[in-house]
Amino acid sequence: MAIQRKANIHILDGNQAAAIAAMMSRVQVIAAYPITPQTPLTEQLSQYVEEGELQAEYVAVESEHSAMAVCTSASLVGARTFTATSSHGLAYMHEMLHWAAGARLPIVLACVNRAIGAPWNVLNDQQDSISQRDTGWIQIYCRNNQEILDTIIQAYRIAEQVFVPVMVCYDGYILSHTEMPVDVPTQEEVDKYLPHYKPHTVLDPAKPKNYNLVTLANPRVGVDGKLCHGYMELRYLLQEALQNSKEVIVKAGKEFNQVFGRDYANVFWEDRNEDAEITIVAMGSLAMEAIVAADMLREQGIKVGVLGLRVFRPFPKSEVVQALRKSKLIVVFDKNISYGSEGATCSEIKSALYGTYINAAVRNFIVGLGGRDVKARELVEATKKAIASLKETVVNPDYPEWICEI
Amino acid sequence: MKANAVNLIEQEWILPGNRTCPGCALSLAYRHILKALEGQCIVTVPASCATVLHGMYPITAVNVPCVNTPFASTGASATGLVAGLKALGKKGITVLAFAGDGGTHDIGIQSLSGAAERQMDFIYICYDNEGYMNTGNQRSGSTPLGAVSGTTPVLGKQQYQKDMTAIMEAHGIPYVATCSASYPLDLYEKVKKARTIEGTRFLHVHTPCPPGWLFPFSDTIKIGEMAVETGLVVLYEIEDGIFRLTSHSESMARRGGNLQPVREYFISQGRFKTITEEQIDELQDWVNARWKQCLHRATNL
Repeated sequence: MAIQRKANIHILDGNQAAAIAAMMSRVQVIAAYPITPQTPLTEQLSQYVEEGELQAEYVAVESEHSAMAVCTSASLVGARTFTATSSHGLAYMHEMLHWAAGARLPIVLACVNRAIGAPWNVLNDQQDSISQRDTGWIQIYCRNNQEILDTIIQAYRIAEQVFVPVMVCYDGYILSHTEMPVDVPTQEEVDKYLPHYKPHTVLDPAKPKNYNLVTLANPRVGVDGKLCHGYMELRYLLQEALQNSKEVIVKAGKEFNQVFGRDYANVFWEDRNEDAEITIVAMGSLAMEAIVAADMLREQGIKVGVLGLRVFRPFPKSEVVQALRKSKLIVVFDKNISYGSEGATCSEIKSALYGTYINAAVRNFIVGLGGRDVKARELVEATKKAIASLKETVVNPDYPEWICEI
Repeated sequence: MKANAVNLIEQEWILPGNRTCPGCALSLAYRHILKALEGQCIVTVPASCATVLHGMYPITAVNVPCVNTPFASTGASATGLVAGLKALGKKGITVLAFAGDGGTHDIGIQSLSGAAERQMDFIYICYDNEGYMNTGNQRSGSTPLGAVSGTTPVLGKQQYQKDMTAIMEAHGIPYVATCSASYPLDLYEKVKKARTIEGTRFLHVHTPCPPGWLFPFSDTIKIGEMAVETGLVVLYEIEDGIFRLTSHSESMARRGGNLQPVREYFISQGRFKTITEEQIDELQDWVNARWKQCLHRATNL
């Protein structure tokens, strides 16, 4: 049941939406290092702190590796923490991303998606966050600036229940630097939705504990005779937490609707999928472009639907299978590439479909790397090309096609 | 009242039995550091011998709260502890970063330098065993000239040690000091003093390592003393820019300033088996020149 509330529309770019969301989530420690296109977000947050609008410690660290190290340690004394980065910054953070997830700390990170060098490129694709997919973080992708604001608030609600850090990903420039109407909630609404952070462990001299000690592969008996987990059991618990987090994500999305009147009960967005024979799959802002492409294809009498991936980790396998059950052809557009294989979302879709009764053909296109413009027209042409390819074979090709000049 | 063996606080924060090697100077130094802090601290430890000392889950030998953090991140982790405590309004807890020379001079210098430039309010103690001892003795930025290690196996190290204390002094922090595990009361006094100062405080502790330096386990204290007596290690503190010699270095300066020849120190350790006469002479000149500078800088003689 959606609630009646008065909209408070501001014209915001994606970085502003993210900064407002972090502030309204009452973050207590922010550590960030500027990198294009995330920079205006860190500037905005430091301004909130210096002006006293946000009661938090802003740490202007000397690197992204340190940004995440500040967040992990601040989280362990009981503070709610936030950081943001892009591209090389996220890559530089890689070790600490593993550490944060392994230590089960509910940190929220905004990843403003940008290409990775060499060669240098500051524009958008999703290679940066996709390259971090196996670090144990929940990954949620946004289609527009409203979703950025809403998802960051939800991210704390999710992370602090399952004790898994959450990466909120949004496309550089396309969202980060593009203004659009965003309904900004009141602080009272956010406070109602987001309880205080209750840490699982607090470092305190009154109750000394050692955290992240060397842990053997096998379980080991403690001084009290109690058998404690080995490394592998701790890894299992992280996997289990991610598996179970899907329910928490859906619940947090539903509860969000009850307070803010916007529903996030789905792990992905669907557009006209009920009667679709062909489904376009895309993630992030590309999913919006796919809706335009679907409009154009529908006008030509082709029954096309769109599946816009929102939650990439945990990957919602059974929900994806359910959504694609009527599709004869699935066309996956990826703004990333696992070199030597294919786009990451395509791999996920294929993996989800394997062993089900769905025997749809899957075609994968790599698009928009390094900020290459993706036009709806190109998505239409690619989809038609995919349809035509079915005449030759329904077998999935080994490798994706690229929409570029080679 | 100056600390002595009789009035030193009796409580222990390192419990009996830990995983360090026999004769480990780090263990001895850490014991006195935690006594000086009276356990009222949160420690962050990167990958190092101190990780080994802290034990293996679910058993620890250390009775203070501690977070283990990746190798390069000690300064940032300490920053996070400070920022978190401040954000939550928790007072009266000293944040202690405790790292080896690899984690300080080499891989951790960036995060330490960043934190010191931001004047973060913590004590950073580098225990210096002059090499990557946790991985079985490879060269570090603090391995001395002429020392053989796993990665200087034939010729010995061809470069001088990095003067980390001078680098930290150059950050304009309120307190830097050098210490030795062989002079635990001096170390204790310096940590106690550092505890009362606000801002980034840096202490460098010389911690001889029997298996890495190749000397008998029973000689740890003697080797540490020889380093001070020869002037290879000078005990001093710089508080708000005021340089003072302390402990045995101060006594030597007061007794005419004569140092023991460095040769004895080198022939006492297997790691210097390939050191040449020229290198010993070169090091003697280097020690003499630095000692002269220290005598000149000292304000308390």
